[in-house]
Amino acid sequence: MVDFAGWWMPVQYSSIVDEHLATRQAVGMFDVSHMGRLAIEGPAAHGWLESLLTRRVADIAVGQARYTLVTSDEGPNGVTILDDALITREADAADGTPRFAMVVNASNRDRVVAWLRSRLPAAGVAFADRTADTAMIAVQGPLAVSTVCVLCGDDDAGRISGLGNYRATRAFVAGQPAAVSRTGYTGEDGVEVVVAATVAQDVWQAIHDAGAPRGLKPCGLGARDTLRLEAGMPLYGHELVASSDPFAIGLGLAVNLDAAGGGPRQFPGRDALARMKAAQPARVRVGLAFDSKRAAREGSPVVAAGHEVGSVTSGSLAPSLGHAVAMALLDREVAAAGVAVDVLVRDVPQAAKVVPLPFYKRPSPRG
Amino acid sequence: MAEMKFAKSHEWVRPEAGGLATVGISKYAVEALTDLVFMQLPPVGRKVKAGESLGEIESVKAVSDIYAPVSGEIVEVNTVLPNQLETLGADPYGAGWIVRIKPDDPAELAVLLDQTAYDALVKS
Repeated sequence: MVDFAGWWMPVQYSSIVDEHLATRQAVGMFDVSHMGRLAIEGPAAHGWLESLLTRRVADIAVGQARYTLVTSDEGPNGVTILDDALITREADAADGTPRFAMVVNASNRDRVVAWLRSRLPAAGVAFADRTADTAMIAVQGPLAVSTVCVLCGDDDAGRISGLGNYRATRAFVAGQPAAVSRTGYTGEDGVEVVVAATVAQDVWQAIHDAGAPRGLKPCGLGARDTLRLEAGMPLYGHELVASSDPFAIGLGLAVNLDAAGGGPRQFPGRDALARMKAAQPARVRVGLAFDSKRAAREGSPVVAAGHEVGSVTSGSLAPSLGHAVAMALLDREVAAAGVAVDVLVRDVPQAAKVVPLPFYKRPSPRG
Repeated sequence: MAEMKFAKSHEWVRPEAGGLATVGISKYAVEALTDLVFMQLPPVGRKVKAGESLGEIESVKAVSDIYAPVSGEIVEVNTVLPNQLETLGADPYGAGWIVRIKPDDPAELAVLLDQTAYDALVKS
């Protein structure tokens, strides 16, 4: 067990490799209650979020989730990336008031909450941090959706099975009201289920019991990291930091400079991001594949032709591939698939090759 | 077979006939590591002091040093072990041996923990 952003969490329940492979082959279950869960609603909520987030919110449909950055216009570059987040538009309230849910990283929750509160208008938007009152369980893998559907009535099961990627609904899971979204951090199909904290253990146990005959394994932080790394997904603090150029690290999709119908959007740091988009970044994010199982870790220098050309942002053995992989920021000139580099792992050069991301793509499209 | 002694850092050492000593890591240490992926062994002929790192063992999550429980010269290394890391888990006190040392000073064994003391350390 380790202290992770103030939460007491397991690195593994059994073995990181076993948990990782169970998620890829059957179903893995993750207690991700440490993530921040924020609720935003009110007649002005829609416009407020549209003016605040890097991703368009104006045209987001009920039941749709979008990946976005949360930025301020502070800092020497004119933009600071406070976090990456998922913003979901939930069903309107009975009186038609728009309602949204935002999920943020545990490590950034306090400062994102402080930032959002500082930007609240005098009226029209109600903001609440729901993290302590709720729990979130991620169920991921080819058998994840069918496992969760065992715990639902026919209508709810049908609706959950029919959810498209990054779509959400409400349902009763194991008899408890839940928000269910077809999202995740593993590169597999699956859902993330939010329930009241008071019923979290019951729901966890119910999912566990439904999944055990299908090969379900509870998964800790270790497998969470190896899974997202294989899927080429960024982790704030590693691939994405406060001063990152999102376009250089492949997160341009999270930045909508313009509105859907044309014309510039206004959000904090917009002009600085437009300048970044127009410029050539010095370093870009790439994947590195190693011959051996020996992992390079964050900070390991990458060397080519005798000089340093970048550094590793995340690295580990990739259990699905049988060798070590890393993500790194490399000088643009050497950031092409096939380029051979050395990575200094505890001062010893390890041979690696630049490869495209992701390292792992799940075999067949979700039906 | 002579009695095994343990270092607080979870290595074991066992005196052998002919004045050599065999060194490995305890079952407790292997089970705590899980998911072993790599091992770095020292070269034969390397001289180590008690408490100095003689190699590394890497799991998915972290790298750990293997510390020499006694000072001496490395005279033999278990070269098949890095390619068969599961042996460490299967037989940590037998086939999972790591190095053989020619000890400088037999008195160093006396300060190490015996089985009972080590078991107590691990339980605490």
